[in-house]
Order: sequence, then structure tokens, then C-alpha cells
Amino acid sequence: MINRKVKGMSKKDILAGEHFLNGDVACAEGAIAAGCRLFAGYPITPQSEITETMAYRLPKIGGYFLQMEDELASIAAVLGGAWGGMKAMTATSGPGFSLMMENLGLGIMTETPCVIVDVQRGGPSTGLPTATSQGDMMQARWGTHGDHEIIAYAPASPQEMFDQTVKAFNQSERFRQPVLVMADEVVGHMMERVIIDPDKIEIYPRRKPSVPYEKFLPYKGGPDMVPEMACAGEGYRVHVTGLTHDERGYPDLSVESQDKLMHRLIGKIRDNADQIIEVEEENIHGADVVLVTYGIAARTALRAMELAEEKGIKVGMLRLITVWPFPLKEVRKIAGDVKGLIVPELNLGQIVREVERAAAGQCPVRLVGHAGGGLHRPENILSAIEEVAR
Amino acid sequence: MRHVATKPEPQIVKDVHHPLEHYFRSERLPHIWCSGCGLGTAMSCLAAAFGHLKLDVDDVSVVSGIGCSGRLAGYMRPDSYHTTHGRALPFATGLRVALEKTKPGHKVVVFSGDGDLFSIGGNHFIQAARRNIDLSVFYVNNFNYGMTGGQVGPTTPMGAKGTTAPYGMFEHPFNLPYLAASSGAPYVARWTTLHVHRLQKAMEEAIQKKGFTFVEIIAPCPTNYGRRNGLPTGLDEMRYYREEAVIENFADPKDAEIIPGKPFIVGTFVDEDKPDYLEIYQKFVADHFEVAAK
Ligand code: SF4
Repeated sequence: MINRKVKGMSKKDILAGEHFLNGDVACAEGAIAAGCRLFAGYPITPQSEITETMAYRLPKIGGYFLQMEDELASIAAVLGGAWGGMKAMTATSGPGFSLMMENLGLGIMTETPCVIVDVQRGGPSTGLPTATSQGDMMQARWGTHGDHEIIAYAPASPQEMFDQTVKAFNQSERFRQPVLVMADEVVGHMMERVIIDPDKIEIYPRRKPSVPYEKFLPYKGGPDMVPEMACAGEGYRVHVTGLTHDERGYPDLSVESQDKLMHRLIGKIRDNADQIIEVEEENIHGADVVLVTYGIAARTALRAMELAEEKGIKVGMLRLITVWPFPLKEVRKIAGDVKGLIVPELNLGQIVREVERAAAGQCPVRLVGHAGGGLHRPENILSAIEEVAR
Repeated sequence: MRHVATKPEPQIVKDVHHPLEHYFRSERLPHIWCSGCGLGTAMSCLAAAFGHLKLDVDDVSVVSGIGCSGRLAGYMRPDSYHTTHGRALPFATGLRVALEKTKPGHKVVVFSGDGDLFSIGGNHFIQAARRNIDLSVFYVNNFNYGMTGGQVGPTTPMGAKGTTAPYGMFEHPFNLPYLAASSGAPYVARWTTLHVHRLQKAMEEAIQKKGFTFVEIIAPCPTNYGRRNGLPTGLDEMRYYREEAVIENFADPKDAEIIPGKPFIVGTFVDEDKPDYLEIYQKFVADHFEVAAK
């Protein structure tokens, strides 16, 4: 169910038109366009422009901006806001993302729709506060404790910061799960043209209960395993807990209950992965070498591709728009047809592990890593292409 | 083998209802709390306060953190949120702010324990009080971590024993009415589970008052705290409250410290008017922008 109209939301609140924006501002505008009217955050570089834009914009359009005491509180307020019936978001970077891991788990367990943006910077710890990295990709996947699935986008431009933030909100409502936007410092701070057409923006509305209170089971999945959501004060008297719970939402700490809940929580993402996974293919057919990459690293890889083509090498690119769930099938299919896969990423080997797993020995997989703080040099990616193509 | 008395089977009389039953998830009762525990009393007082205020079940939400006290949310019929350890207040902050838009007038009550609100959640407490966000915070102080087996915490009196202080607590405890007042809370009170009527009345005042309101509830934890500290039953603890609790309204919160075996003050410490966060926000928005925040 896709809706173009949302109650209480006016199209004039959207920053329509053609603009020259940095990625962080585009992300904030994407959230507003998606219907986000509650933002809770804490200052941290390099995402501060998201928080500042929200602080400026939200009070003017009937929204609420909360500067919380830390990132633990920011994400907690976002979850509370979602249960209060609003679309809510927070944005952070490495150190703050670490603090958010606790309540990311609560969001997954209680099936709370919301969006968390991580504008990645170099780590570990304080690392490189003002410089880029893609070092949080595995933390995004497994950072919160316990078994779970996650949805994460990897924007490569300010335009994608806008578009993917909208998508992240829609998927969070569709699957009732926190959704991550894994940006980085360069995408956050680069300024480019961003085109915003309110008529083309599609909004997935909250899944409201379709049955009366007496019949409503707040944690019973529908045909797609996703339950309907009754927010505070709507008369459904829901109990929401981070404990393992039954379909009524009541704590049930039995092996059977855990088994049932975990299969549904994980199943709703795994079994619907085709509706989540998005990749962009370029020159894949007939390619000898394929670059599997994502986010800002893909833009440097594009230049390496051009250089390789000039040298007569047939090279393609599979760009991951959603990094999680990992596009296993898409990578596996390509791995059988090429001499090798090359994974440029701004870390010393994270997503390359997934690519290796997907390739399953069909072809060599080669990492072109970078410790962060800057971008790859296209020549480094080019020499990897030349070696693999040989 | 020691003789263990079997619990009497509850007699369920059909079609007879407790006047406050609609505030409870009866299907989840009996609760998990130990006999002699003060949490049941505190929960009854809260339901009685709701009842006396004629608060509709659908016009209030209850938020809890983690611990024995945190389980309260699961027993009460309104929409209830059992969050993560220490994070009840920021969760409730987001909830309350969102409700200002989706359902103005809806009340949000936070009910949690001393470890949850003042150890792991301590920063959230002072910030929420400073912000003067419209929440009613009812907090049970039983001087220890009950759920995890009697470890000491930030409210454990110096010298008192716990499983992580086998030789007695070496640290100074918080004086919480003082902390709440100095953080800016416009309503601060303390009662014990012996003072049920006064506790209920304080809860009513807190719910009705706009802004960050705070009621400390001194309660027995015979299983984990009392047993190790000379008050082995709930009744012993009640006797202690009767003998040592001194009712004094508007006392200086500085004097509210609790030292075992010595008199301690209960009563209302602070009751003043002060604009709350949402009021200030809404007023600014209404005065400056075309779209009101509602
Ligand atoms: S451990 Fe203490 S606080 Fe917990 S239920 Fe038992 S008596 Fe109450």
C-alpha cells in the first residue's frame, strides 16, 4: 500500500525543486519529505548539519526537535516518538552509533519503525572525527546483541541521501523495523545538485490495526509476518516489552516462545529480502571483472572503470544500494561468469567477506581496502582490475 | 526438609469486579513480586490515583525501565512500555512529545526503580528534570538491585550490606529529593509504602501537575535488602517506617538524606509553578510560525 497523501502533512513542507545541497542537509530534507516530524539527536561530527537542519526546519512545519543528553537518549526518544504515533529519526556518527546499539536492539525486538543515520567517520574510538570511513558496516549488521536481521542503505551522493532516507522511512514502516542509512563523511559534506519532486515521493503509511481492540494481537504477524501497530492512546492497550513475548506482547520466556518470535522477526526480513534488496548494475554482461562496491567508494571505482575500459578491459560494476540484507543471490550469479570480483571499500575488509561468501569459490575475490581518512586513488583500483583481468 | 506452606487457591467469584480492575491486566496477575515487597502496594496506590482522578485507561501510558519495579508496566492495562535499563525517561520523553501532536492531553507516567533511574539512567533523570518535560515519575527506592539478587546501588546507605558489598557499602548514597529539586523538578515528594493515602494523593498531584513531577516511594525489599540489613520481613520494614518517618512538608530537600536507624523526612518538598518544555515550545511556535506545532 503506497500512499501519496499523509494526514496532517502538507506538500508545501517539502523542499521542492532543484537545489545545491550537501548530503547531510539532503538527508534531513528527505526525512521531512517522508513525513518525519520528530527528531532527537546529539551533536557529533560529521552529521551535525542533519541535526541543525532538523532544529531549524521542524518547528516551522509542526514538528518537534529534541536535543537529547546523549545518543542513548536520542534513540530512546525516537522509539518513544514512534510509539507516540510519529515518524521519527536520529542521526549520528561512529562513537554515537556505538551507544545506539543498545536501543537499536529494543527497536528490533519491539518492531518499532524509525530511521537511524550513521554518517561514518574514521575509527575505532574518536578516530578521525572529520574524515571519512566505511568502518561501521559490520557494526551496522551485528552491533546490537542477539540474533537479528537489519536493513541498511548506502548512499553515494546527496541526491541519494535524500532518496534513500525516504526509502528508509518507507521500509521501516513496511517491515516495522529500525532502518539504517549508512552514509559517510564525504557524502555527508559534498555539495551537489538535488532534485526534489513532491509528486514523485511515495509514502508507506503506518500499518494500523484492522480489527477492534478485543480481537487485536499486537505481535501476531500478518501474511508477510509483519504485525499491525497500535500506538499510544489509540485504545488498543498494548504492552510493549524488550523481553521475549507472545502474540499478545506479554513476556513469555520459554524456549518455544523465543523460537517462534525469532523465526518471525528474522523471517519477515529474510523471506521478503527481494522486496528490500536493491543493486545497480553497470556493464555486467560480458565483463571479465566486476567491481562490487557501495557508497562513496563506488564513485572512485567509477573512475577506475573508465581507466580500465580505456585499456580495453571489460569491467562492470555491481553497486549495493542496500548493503543489508546482503544481495547474496545477485553476487553469486555474477561470480560464475567472471574472472574475479574486486571490492573497493573504505575499511580493511568488511563487506569483502560477504562477497567471498557469496562467490563461494567460483572466482577469486580481491579487496581494495583503505584505512579511511580519505578516498581510494582510482589507480589503486585500476591496478587490481589489471591483475585480476590478466 | 523444611515445611513449605502451600499457597491457598484463589477463589474467583464470578461477576464480582474490583473497582480498579480495569486498570490492570488481570490475565497477567498474580505478579512476580515477593511477599512483603513494596511494589504491589505502590502499584495499588497508582491504580487508586488513576481511579480517583477518573483517568480513562486510554488517556494514560505507563513507561518502565528494567528491574523488579520495571515489571509494573506489564501489569497495568493502559498502553505500557517496558524499555531498556535506564532508558525509561528518554523513551517517555519521545512518547510524550509525540503525543502532544497525536493526542494532546494524554498523560505519561514513568514507574521505575532506584538502580534504573539513578545509576544507569542517572544522567537522563537530571536532564529530564532540567528540561521540565511533562512526565510523572514514580520511583521505588528499596536501596538495592532486587531483580539481580541484592547488589548495592546509588541509593544504598553507607555501611548497608549487599551481595556486591559483603563488608558493607563504602560509598555515599544519593539524596534524591535534593537531586530532583536542584535539577529543576517543580514537584518533589517522598512517601513510604506505609503512607498509602498520602502516597496516592501525591501521585494524583503529580499526575495533574504539568511538568516534570517526582515522587520517591520508599519501599521494602525483604528478600534482598531487608534480609541482609536487619529488616527481614515486610512488616519489619513497615515498623521502621512508622518509627522513623517524620512527616514534614516543604522541608529543605538538603535535609532529606536517609541514614538507617535514624529519623528521615517524608512529605512534599517542592510544589511550584514553572512552564514546561512543551508549553515553551508551543508558545514560540504559535507566536512565530504559521503552522502551530499541534
Ligand atoms: S527482590 Fe525485592 S524488589 Fe524484587 S520483588 Fe522481591 S522483594 Fe520486591
